[in-house]
Amino acid sequence: MLKFAVRRLLLLVPILLGLSILVFLFVRALPGGPETALLGERLTPERAAAVRAAYGLDRPVHEQYVSYMGKVARFDLGVSIQTQRPVSEEIGRRFPATVELATMAMLFALVVGIPLGFVAGRRPGSWIDNASTVGSLLGIAIPVFALGFLLKYLFAVRLGWLPTDGRQDVTLTTEHPTGFFVLDGVLTGDLPAAWDALKHLVLPAIALGTIPLAIITRITRAAVQETINEDFVRTAEAKGMTKSIVTRRHILRNAMLPVVTIVGLQTGLLLSGAILTETVFAFGGMGSFMASALFSRDFPVIQGGILFLAVVFVVVNLIVDISYGFIDPRVRAS
Amino acid sequence: MTTATTPRDAVPGQLAGEPLLKVRDLTVTFASRGRRAVRAVDGIDLDVAAGSTVGIVGESGSGKSVTSLAALGLLGKRGVQISGSVHFDGADLLNMPDDELRAVRGKEIAMIFQDPMSSLNPVLTIGRQITEILVRHRGLSKQEARDEAASLLQSVGIGDSVRRLRSFPHQLSGGMRQRVMIAMALACAPRLLIADEPTTALDVTISAQILELLRTLVAETQTALVLITHDLGVVAGLCDTVHVMYSGRIVESAPRRPLFAAPEHPYTNGLLASVPRLDQPRGIPLLPIPGSPSDTLPWAQGCAFSPRCTRREDDCLGGPPPLAPVGHPAHLLRCMHPVPTGERRV
Repeated sequence: MLKFAVRRLLLLVPILLGLSILVFLFVRALPGGPETALLGERLTPERAAAVRAAYGLDRPVHEQYVSYMGKVARFDLGVSIQTQRPVSEEIGRRFPATVELATMAMLFALVVGIPLGFVAGRRPGSWIDNASTVGSLLGIAIPVFALGFLLKYLFAVRLGWLPTDGRQDVTLTTEHPTGFFVLDGVLTGDLPAAWDALKHLVLPAIALGTIPLAIITRITRAAVQETINEDFVRTAEAKGMTKSIVTRRHILRNAMLPVVTIVGLQTGLLLSGAILTETVFAFGGMGSFMASALFSRDFPVIQGGILFLAVVFVVVNLIVDISYGFIDPRVRAS
Repeated sequence: MTTATTPRDAVPGQLAGEPLLKVRDLTVTFASRGRRAVRAVDGIDLDVAAGSTVGIVGESGSGKSVTSLAALGLLGKRGVQISGSVHFDGADLLNMPDDELRAVRGKEIAMIFQDPMSSLNPVLTIGRQITEILVRHRGLSKQEARDEAASLLQSVGIGDSVRRLRSFPHQLSGGMRQRVMIAMALACAPRLLIADEPTTALDVTISAQILELLRTLVAETQTALVLITHDLGVVAGLCDTVHVMYSGRIVESAPRRPLFAAPEHPYTNGLLASVPRLDQPRGIPLLPIPGSPSDTLPWAQGCAFSPRCTRREDDCLGGPPPLAPVGHPAHLLRCMHPVPTGERRV
């Protein structure tokens, strides 16, 4: 198990090397550079050249790359051109928001998707199965921003049940030792703040969780349908096990195997930020951060952010693969 | 245990009391929407006396497995129509509420299936799968159940049983897995064991070991055994009574000796003739039954075997032949033109 984990983590090295080259070339191939965003209307060729020189962008690309990777190897991602703060610090401020949002979205998708897929799989062709099929297709088809605005209009504007945007009520002054607002509220004993942060998460989590929800529902349905026809389920029935044991111990546990894989992939995706959802709900996470860095050609932020997210993606999938071994003994053996 | 003292070679119909399992006119029809309904079992009568061993023989698709699955309520409800009656020790299994039936299955009536590779849950340990039935039906504590499971494994010939309890099915061979299935089936000392092709998926030597194990265990525990198989050789070594099924009906039914000595039905005769024999010279061609099980006739129009039968005559097509005694009172036959003594290939 340890060997497996180490090997997978070592695989990160070539992945990151390849990715860094791609990103490095990609940002430099974009029209314009940081100087356009920095200088705006004051842009003159002389000033632009000065800015480029200041950030070392006038040097040959391979030289820039080598010096950048030298810093990355020492865990230094450089300084943001826009904010003049270290990139790692900027990521550290946004990533907790993304983790919170992704966790809530995934929780929503799991809590609704697995039971729904289960019932649909047990009774194929029933009204609930048909409803879940239509719902899943809708969930995949509807654009996230459209759903986001719809939810916001309905529950925040018309009904006033939930806040429209942000991560926290602006009038609250609370401390943020971890950057996870819900956790911060609990840690500092400020439960109203935690509750407020939680309420801010509901709508964006639903908007963001819809696609994973649809996928998880479909996968669960297919897996359950396949599992209930397995011989070992008939064995469990023949042993006279109660319905709930047959369901939980024999059907669900086996049906969950493919679901775990898809949950891992989806979690990795969610953690890499949700530009649309974060924009609609003015939720300051990795997605909107990366988007704005791209618009202002903030090279160090784009490069560092993408490398960071790649690490996150690989680590999440590693965790999934390891947990897979705990659910399926056949994987553990090989 | 009402009739546990019944002699093992008793014959249905000669018993004083009620049989342990009594099936009457069991009919199973599969009818899924948009497809033609298929009658898999077509009016089966079957008696199993306590402690006796009964064989049900037939080709794939003859309805032998469906009979047992239907009797135990294991067929599911969607698209399945079951009529007739199944009584176990006087209790009506077909109309029993689900939770009561679950209390009977595994405890009073146990089952072993064909493919031990897929019949065990791949993500649970052997121990878990055996103890769960002990906890469920015998109310043992987890620890008691573990000890009992270990001794069960021992009794089916699995050594190092305490360690084996922690194994997963994929770590065992096919024969070992079938032994585990048998241990599970006998865990609650059931009065009836239904073994559905228990050796089909195993190779010949293992298959012989498993049959020997079944034979000893049912004899020791006085468990009645219904053995479902397509292999007459298996039945010959194990069963007191044999029922031969074709296309959802019993076509011949007899105690073992008369059946093997004098198979009256052309189908039974054909089955026996197609078994390779060691006492015949090499090079003699095997005699298969012509045609395939799909060349069948609905019983309502006549004998379902007639399209493949070499002894077919016009009166075979006048509705289903009755199941009537021939010679021995317990020897029943559904045929207009039984095979005469001189032409039997046994």
